[in-house]
Amino acid sequence: MGGFLLPGLSTGWTSWLQIALYLLVLLAAAVPLGNYMARVLEGQPHLLSRAFGRLERSIYRVAGVREDDQMGWKAYALALLAFSLVGTLAVYGLQRLQGALPLNPAAMGAVPPGLAFNTAISFVSNTNWQAYSGEATMSYLTQMLGLTVQNFVSAASGIAVLVALIRGFRARQAAALGSFWVDLVRSTLYILLPFSAILALVLVASGVVQTFKPYRVVDLVEPTAIDQPVLDAAGAPVLDAAGEPVTESVPLTTQTLALGPAASQIAIKQLGTNGGGFFNANAAHPLENPSPWSNFLEMLALLLLPAALCVTFGRMVGDLRQAWALLATMTLLFVALLLPAVAAEQAGNPRLAATGVDDVAGSMQAGGNMEGKETRFGVANSALWATATTAASNGSVNAMHDSFTPIGGAVPLFLMLLGEVVFGGVGSGLYGLLIFAILAVFVAGLMVGRTPEYLGKKIEAYEMKMASLVILVPPIVVLGSTALALSTSAGRAAVFNPGAHGFSEVLYAFASMANNNGSAFGGLGANAPFYNTLGGIGMFIGRFAIMVPVLAIAGSLAAKKSIPVGAGTLPTHTPLFVTLLISTVLIVGALTFIPALALGPIVEHLLLWGIGQ
Amino acid sequence: MWRHIKTATILYLVLTVLTGVLYPLVVTAIAQIAMPAQANGSLIERGGRPVGSTLIGQAFTGPGYFWSRPSATGPMPYNAAASSGSNLGPTNPALEAAVRERIAALRAADPGNLSPVPVDLVTSSGSGLDPHISPAAAEFQADRVALARGMDPARVRALVGEYTDGRTFGLLGEPRVRVLELNLALDAAAGAP
Repeated sequence: MGGFLLPGLSTGWTSWLQIALYLLVLLAAAVPLGNYMARVLEGQPHLLSRAFGRLERSIYRVAGVREDDQMGWKAYALALLAFSLVGTLAVYGLQRLQGALPLNPAAMGAVPPGLAFNTAISFVSNTNWQAYSGEATMSYLTQMLGLTVQNFVSAASGIAVLVALIRGFRARQAAALGSFWVDLVRSTLYILLPFSAILALVLVASGVVQTFKPYRVVDLVEPTAIDQPVLDAAGAPVLDAAGEPVTESVPLTTQTLALGPAASQIAIKQLGTNGGGFFNANAAHPLENPSPWSNFLEMLALLLLPAALCVTFGRMVGDLRQAWALLATMTLLFVALLLPAVAAEQAGNPRLAATGVDDVAGSMQAGGNMEGKETRFGVANSALWATATTAASNGSVNAMHDSFTPIGGAVPLFLMLLGEVVFGGVGSGLYGLLIFAILAVFVAGLMVGRTPEYLGKKIEAYEMKMASLVILVPPIVVLGSTALALSTSAGRAAVFNPGAHGFSEVLYAFASMANNNGSAFGGLGANAPFYNTLGGIGMFIGRFAIMVPVLAIAGSLAAKKSIPVGAGTLPTHTPLFVTLLISTVLIVGALTFIPALALGPIVEHLLLWGIGQ
Repeated sequence: MWRHIKTATILYLVLTVLTGVLYPLVVTAIAQIAMPAQANGSLIERGGRPVGSTLIGQAFTGPGYFWSRPSATGPMPYNAAASSGSNLGPTNPALEAAVRERIAALRAADPGNLSPVPVDLVTSSGSGLDPHISPAAAEFQADRVALARGMDPARVRALVGEYTDGRTFGLLGEPRVRVLELNLALDAAAGAP
């Protein structure tokens, strides 16, 4: 276990410098962006209101929406659900009908019903779990009209719910949470669209494809031959005397390059914490993430809006100190989990080292655990991405998590299990962490025997009931589904890797779906009726059984009067509160999931390094 | 609820036109006019025919070519229409077996080479299309390629250096060698092996 006990020493200084630079740029960019978003969401004049204000108002006119409408929490929730229902039907319909629709140069047929159901819920719930391979399943039209649209509006819905909760804290005995429609349109038009367009073009410049031309066939530099099964006239494989399929050698002289309008979708998939890849290999695919520079930008986009929304929150409640406390909580949790991930991946795989392979980092190679990783990213950028994509509920990957070391894979798994509140999804991460903040002040209130309050609002029985729902529903879905999968043959049939790692694959799948992340231990054969159905339901619950109670809390808080800060008020912007909040998140997560983690990554780590044998 | 459904449907259509039609079309138009090479896959031509993309690797098996990293795509390696990693877990015996097999193949092609095999040369990449190998993996193969082509090893190493990218801004990413372009340059320098 030697290498693993001395993590930093075996990793080059460039690894740590890249990570430090990433965090620095992220936090520096979050401040101006957060200020801008506050102006947009408050309906104040801003950078783009002159250019797009007329468009915004004509959208309201066409849809019959009043810009100054004030919804109660139930109306807000119903609008959200109605919009999500329409989106689900649209994405489902497009997939089923794509064979008969235009912009389908690769002649993709209809997506089967179970997979289409799973994918529709997946993209509407901002999960982007993909039980399909993009380049082999979806037409260009489906990718654009179905999936790209959901990338935008599911993220905008997350921002809307967050803004409603903020208005709940701010309102003085009123039912006013704003209008879901207005929040949805503003988030899309002024935040997601312009930043996506800029990012998409920068990505094209670095090599990401953006074309409607069909897949391109090119000559191979070294023609070769492959063994293919011989098929009879009916298309069934021919068997030899021993019952084995007969193969023949077929010359192979060309390579087919899958292309498509990828950059436009990748930009929003990163910014909107969606994560659904255009290609099967997601951001590991060189045409989706060609260089260290594109990788840096895509990783930055991944956490940018969740981090900036903390600043937006501080602006909107009129107390930036609250924002710094939440941002500090997220950053500290992030760094604490990032370090073991990088160290474990850099330590490599002792079973491969035993074969005589050289996996020591140096000036000539990144070394470490390179299975499932790309040379241009090496270990540091793969582990950083894995941590960021699961801290946020993004779920895009630039390396295959299934092939990570046990600890390297446990970090993304644990970040999802914490409920996607370390930065988290766009909007959803911050409202999730605010629910934990409510729990933290409640726990503190119990300790000193005072009614807890947060941002001037008393936290009472109703808020605590709703907060408990938000915190308990995902673990129930994750652990319940995992148990069900492991106790049925349909659930076990999809497992790819043997032993403890196979258990991790199943736990990871449901952690990902119920927390709306979307990344996977990809070996799991998830495109099966069992996982498509159970996972689809889990993604739906993980999204909307959280959003509705959050809106209920917003409604209840809005109706309360705001009480002034008194001698007995627990300040919620101090290092003490940050510590309390971090402890609350970690303790809830650890108490719920340590037993499950012990069966998966922890035991696998002990086996891999031969500890205790 | 019905009123909400109606508003939702109208807004959904409007936002679909904006984000699902106009947005990708505008980005595509700008990309195709301003950056057609990148937008269409960064193709490489030889003698007027496309022979690959600078960003997508190809499989090489002859001793006179630098070998790319192992690829887990099916049914053939480096299938650029079906990107995929192996998804083999770290304790899966199949991973260790595959690595041993790849080491044996490298040793068989280059019996005199006793240096340890760099890890990226025997592990499959995340996409199965990795266009790069580490400088260590190129150095490991340089003498074999020179011998097979009857070229001066120093000349081969100079070409490797020419097709090696350092870290972006001296910091981001990892140093790497562009295998396909390097092999094309070898062919151009000394004729096909």
